[in-house]
Amino acid sequence: MNTIAERIYDYLKAFPPFNLLNREQLLAISQAVDVIYLEQDQYLFEIGQSVENHFYVVRDGAIGLFRANESLVDECDEGDIFGLRALLRQGVYKLNAKAIEESIVYSISSELLDTYITTNADASQFLMASFASNTRVKSADNEDFIDTLNRSTEYTYLQTADYSKNPITCTPNTTVKEAAHIMTGKHVGSIVIVDKAKPIGIITDKDLRTKIATGKYHIEDLVSSIMSSPVKTFPENITIAEAQIAMLKNKITHLCITKDGTNTSELTGILSEHDIIVLRENNASALIKEIKRSHSAKQLKAIRQRTEQLLQRYLEQNIPIDFVSRLISAINDAIAQRIITLELLQMPTPTTTRFAWLAIGSQGRQEQLLLTDQDNALVFEDVPKENHEQTKTYFLNLSKKINSALATVGFELCPAEMMGSNPKWCLSVSEWSQQFKRWITTPDQDNLMLCTIFFDYEHVYGDKDLVNQLSESIFNTIYAHDIFLTYLGRNALQNPPPLSFFRQFLVEDNGEHKDQFDIKARAMMPLVDAARLLILSHNIKSVNNTLGRYEKLAELEPQNKDIYQFCIESFKNLLRFRTEQGLATNDSGRFIDLESLNKGDRLRLKRSFKAVKSVQELIKTRFKLSQLL
Amino acid sequence: MNWFKQKSYPRFWDVYMSHFSKLQEQNPKAIRFVVFDTETTGLHIKNDRILSIGCIAIENLQIKVADQLECYLKQEQFNAETVKIHGLLKQGKLTKIEESEAMERFLAYIENAVLVAHHAAFDIAMINNALKRLNLPKLKNKVLDTGHLFQKTKLDTSKSHFSLDELSKRFHIPLHDRHTASGDAYITALLFLKLLSKLNTNSELTLRHLERPNNRVGLI
Repeated sequence: MNTIAERIYDYLKAFPPFNLLNREQLLAISQAVDVIYLEQDQYLFEIGQSVENHFYVVRDGAIGLFRANESLVDECDEGDIFGLRALLRQGVYKLNAKAIEESIVYSISSELLDTYITTNADASQFLMASFASNTRVKSADNEDFIDTLNRSTEYTYLQTADYSKNPITCTPNTTVKEAAHIMTGKHVGSIVIVDKAKPIGIITDKDLRTKIATGKYHIEDLVSSIMSSPVKTFPENITIAEAQIAMLKNKITHLCITKDGTNTSELTGILSEHDIIVLRENNASALIKEIKRSHSAKQLKAIRQRTEQLLQRYLEQNIPIDFVSRLISAINDAIAQRIITLELLQMPTPTTTRFAWLAIGSQGRQEQLLLTDQDNALVFEDVPKENHEQTKTYFLNLSKKINSALATVGFELCPAEMMGSNPKWCLSVSEWSQQFKRWITTPDQDNLMLCTIFFDYEHVYGDKDLVNQLSESIFNTIYAHDIFLTYLGRNALQNPPPLSFFRQFLVEDNGEHKDQFDIKARAMMPLVDAARLLILSHNIKSVNNTLGRYEKLAELEPQNKDIYQFCIESFKNLLRFRTEQGLATNDSGRFIDLESLNKGDRLRLKRSFKAVKSVQELIKTRFKLSQLL
Repeated sequence: MNWFKQKSYPRFWDVYMSHFSKLQEQNPKAIRFVVFDTETTGLHIKNDRILSIGCIAIENLQIKVADQLECYLKQEQFNAETVKIHGLLKQGKLTKIEESEAMERFLAYIENAVLVAHHAAFDIAMINNALKRLNLPKLKNKVLDTGHLFQKTKLDTSKSHFSLDELSKRFHIPLHDRHTASGDAYITALLFLKLLSKLNTNSELTLRHLERPNNRVGLI
């Protein structure tokens, strides 16, 4: 009897991968845990120290993993695991693990890991995926597009290979001719010879070519005479990387998948080189190439649908959300660019007037992972007065075509008409500048709202110079009316942290979404608004993305680095929650049913609100808003 | 004149005693601590009896969940009043053992560990009385009291006696399984580690230092 182990069991069972183990397995682990107490700022391990034979789970508090230069790589909260990578790599620790707050950590020996976790297919799959997510993609400011895509291949490698689950088989006393008939009938290039469901050999197209067509064997011979035997077998959770290595090493093109990975257990599938090629075709760079080659909105629609599948898979594999969002944005941009190119060709006359197409709002911030309404605008260069009407009509027509093509792809028309085809949002550079000036100098509620949407614009197509001119004029106007930032600040604080006094979530108390939590308005927008305000106050023009803005802020204000890092982490979590919710419920993912969250998710969500709180406090002090509110 | 002759004790006692031949280690990191708690029929050290003992070890300042002892004792004595506190029924479902066997297991488990308990004097006295009933001498182990260690931190000098509940609250230790011997031992172990890190400001903390009464004055 071990009451303490039972308590540890109760705690661990809420978190993956422990929740994937059975009771006996988890109890055995719980019984052998060491409990470590760390004071704030105390180190659990340090860079260069040789790796302990343990990995760690946070019980209370938070452990930060830091590089030698003190930059935070990851923050582990209640239920989070760390120290695993080092355990597999051995050698010395490459990061510092330091308690960010007073913490209690469970230390679990690597033998237990081997005995109970890596032998469990689900649990080891989880760990594999968590490696991918722990590799934080540190975003340099202008990370090269190609670089991003190369990385996507890297992540694809960690995915479990998707093998065919209905392998075509025959018994050893089948003739080659019969086997060839089966293969032809099923349109496959290989057949596995099984004895009582266990794979004993394999015949591929190549065998038929080299052994039959050459006349070495007769087609009435038994398959057992020409099959390659024994076969190489692998477990069901084999990753693409492992599969490719196995194929290269053994110079084979087909792998047999069996229940426990040995050739004495039941055959459950077959993985061919072709399967791997298909899988890789589906990754992002392949999609972008296809976009560039496509000729109609219909074709693009099919590609966008496959993007959705890619997104789902990335989320399932716990790929870092900032990486995923950049990838999806890149695909969305490529689609818009392709559409504009195609529509320009459709125009009765080509234009020599310079113009640019802008994505605005969440699309401008590159934070829109799901297919939603399109929000965009168009800016064209100043033309002589007499040509203005004509030019504007031309671009309105172009915009209409673009908007309707985007709608065909799946980006619905914006009900509020925040689109380039709206005469209000299809303007010349000086008209846009005047408009922004009006909003900034008379910051009433409506104008502030428009600022929050249109300030986050991103150049998608056309002349970059026009966009720079626009940014220039906005910053000049703000500089001359610095009271505007105070108004924007007040606006940013409209949504306080969404926890009530009893540390409960504030949910909607009426309407269609009663008792659901509005993750967009209550958690994401406050962080987005805060980032915009702070970056504007620094006169930074080029960064539109919320995560990018916080990263820039952390660099500009080292004294507030912790707060901004915290915001980054929180925003990533929120973005992931919203996207997952959206994919699950097939909507914008804005409203979350709290009951559907597990304990770990709730904790993570709650933690995000602490970030909202700390950044709002900072804004309150900086813009001296406490008197105003 | 055979009262000079050393009494002969059962073998398990001799084994227990053999662990004390070495010099006491002073560095807390190198010491095996056993944090323990007893649930009893009441607070009278002579008349009341131990119902359960929960122990957990600390080595290298880490709580070793695998190194623990939990036993429930058969006792004739029964006090309906304290059942509300510890929840141990006279005829419970738990496997109970004789007091003599419990003592034998306890001694074999603790060896020469430094014992730690909250208000240790009571638990030590209860164990010593149980040993006495078996005609055995008192425990030889060094003992630390978490109540006393808290006094040494001088974090709160308003009173001299703080309950385990009060200190757990102060140090944010969640109160799981309060009033089971093992649960309390675990809570006390966490409290002990927290107190050590509070006291360990110069990183040269020794057992001797921890044992020193906190109100000691004069020349050292």
